Amino acid sequence: MKYILLMSSTKAGVSGYHTWSQSDRDAHMQTLGAIVKELVETGEFAATQGLAEPKEAKVVRGEKNGLPVTDGIFPESKEFLLGYWIVDVATPERAYAIAGRISAAPGPRRVPTNMPIEVRQFAEHPAN
Amino acid sequence: MKYILMMNGKKSDFDGYAQWSKEDLQANVAFMRAFSRELKDSGTFVTSEGLGWPIEARLVRAGSQGEPITDGVFPESKEFLAGYWIVDVESPEQAYAIAARLSHAPGPGGEPGNMPVEVRRVLSSHSDLGL
Amino acid sequence: MSSQTPEIPIEHLLRELAPQVLGIIARRFRDFSSAEDAVQEALLAAFRQWPRDGVPENPQGWLIRVASRRMTDMMRSEIARRERETVIAVEEPAIEPVEEIEAEMDPEDTLILLFMCCHPALSASSAIALTLRAVGGLTTAEIARAFLVPEATMAQRISRAKQSIRASGVPFCAPTPQERGERLAAVLHVLYLIFSEGYASSIGAQLQRLDLAREAIRLTRSARALLPEDAEVTGLLALMLLTDARRTARSGPEGELIPLDKQDRSLWDRDEIAEGTALLTLALSKGAVGLYQLQATIAAVHDEAARAEETDWPQILAVYELLQRAAPSPMVTLNQAVAVAMVHGPARGLERLRVLDGDERLGGHYRLDAVRAHLYEMLGDFEKAVHHYRTAAAGTTSLPEQNYLMTQAARLEEARRETKNGPAVPESRL
Repeated sequence: MKYILLMSSTKAGVSGYHTWSQSDRDAHMQTLGAIVKELVETGEFAATQGLAEPKEAKVVRGEKNGLPVTDGIFPESKEFLLGYWIVDVATPERAYAIAGRISAAPGPRRVPTNMPIEVRQFAEHPAN
Repeated sequence: MKYILMMNGKKSDFDGYAQWSKEDLQANVAFMRAFSRELKDSGTFVTSEGLGWPIEARLVRAGSQGEPITDGVFPESKEFLAGYWIVDVESPEQAYAIAARLSHAPGPGGEPGNMPVEVRRVLSSHSDLGL
Repeated sequence: MSSQTPEIPIEHLLRELAPQVLGIIARRFRDFSSAEDAVQEALLAAFRQWPRDGVPENPQGWLIRVASRRMTDMMRSEIARRERETVIAVEEPAIEPVEEIEAEMDPEDTLILLFMCCHPALSASSAIALTLRAVGGLTTAEIARAFLVPEATMAQRISRAKQSIRASGVPFCAPTPQERGERLAAVLHVLYLIFSEGYASSIGAQLQRLDLAREAIRLTRSARALLPEDAEVTGLLALMLLTDARRTARSGPEGELIPLDKQDRSLWDRDEIAEGTALLTLALSKGAVGLYQLQATIAAVHDEAARAEETDWPQILAVYELLQRAAPSPMVTLNQAVAVAMVHGPARGLERLRVLDGDERLGGHYRLDAVRAHLYEMLGDFEKAVHHYRTAAAGTTSLPEQNYLMTQAARLEEARRETKNGPAVPESRL
């Protein structure tokens, strides 16, 4: 079963991330890279994507005349999606365990970030 | 360039959706299928997924021993991702036009929902820094 | 088994044969769109059968026979469909034997195909996809993987591109002399885009099975073989080779981006540089100097410097000035500002950038911040440099670049903290 692991943050959170030292950033990336490699080997890795920071994000509603209405949308405190992982696993517990490892990846001064990761299961493709 | 189109909703929105009449639900699903079909026909479809409902959502953090601590309690105001499409297009404007179309998905009573669709650029694993 | 002497991998052989076979079939049956489908199917059949049964004595003849059979099958079922729908009998076209078909091969077919597939009416992504399949002989699956879209999506993109061509009534022949300039420019642009895509994706841990940059070079070589006197075709090939030469040095062991001034130049491909330089010299000797030749000149000047410090920046600056006159654009100004900084100092470079602040075309584009950051660093204003690196990182849509920009910001921030009183002497970044 496929699960999506959602990583969100706020503008403040992202600004904080920008101030990490180079070596802290490297350590974080290395940990994540190692997790990807493991999951590829176990066949549990499906995908991961990063999203551009929300400066350019838009919310679109279809107007009656069909033209999209767009407006910038993220007030300072609002959470937005940074990116996600998709894993193909046998049990929900396995999905939570993987999320836990990502959450434990080191942050500034090598302290685990403990970032909260939202875990959601994919529905059965009603839209396809 | 790849864009993600996301539909979000609060728990109350999901509960509301569950109250729709059978006809309204079928119309909405039919729209979504046709929408995906349109994207496939136009050569812009990359992927699309619907997500499970908020009741199944879990927030996971690392515990002190690295074990996952899961929690199923979210504030009422939290917006949950309901589903997304990823499209491969030539311009942001094309992505917004597709999102506007998606936003017209029929709601209760068959009226166009005018649901807000969040549009974000997907980061590529390629470099872009000119030659 | 095959009597071919060199051990050409089957897929390379098929890619070479594909446009030749397509030319023959399209010409014979007067239907480019269906012919392209038929040839694709013949290629896929060859992919399946030749590794098993061996490459045929006459591989081209084999492909022609299989594609022709597929064409007649398609035509027969189309006729049958029409007959079911109307009572008018449709005359079945005579199906000629293979020998006659071969006699109609035209060595110009690859060029004609390039003109058709790169028709200016097609969107860039359509033209790229169709060119790679019809002229490049790549499979839909290979192209889809290269662009990270599902195979069905790529198939549909190509199908629609062909429908557009059919609807526009473009004939299977070379463009008129009046159109030729514009049509050739469109071809070169598509080839350039394919190369850019391939080169951009050479960063990063996942190596694509399909090397798009190599495919672009191969197709441009074919174009050059057919248009040896055209300076811009030669210039484009030179630009590709001179750029591709640096590919290995561009990314580090973790897939991280390494800028030009920090690259290990011993990893640069000397043969590609030599060939690119020779081609550029040839192109420049033909008189009219076009944009690809100018860009190739800049690449050549970089490539001939044994160390970054030895780069002939005044020459590069002079070429940017020519580019500005020939085809002014914000991107040219951006790159020019870097050259100005290297020749006249970072303050002058920053001055040059100011003209871009009001430019809507760039509108907060991350590269403006990236270049500013770099110049502020050169100047020693680390605070502004960090700010602009971070702004650039927030605006880029490339993960390797985001990482690179944030790393620069982090590096400078640490340097700033270490020298609390006044800026440290900046190391030259170029």
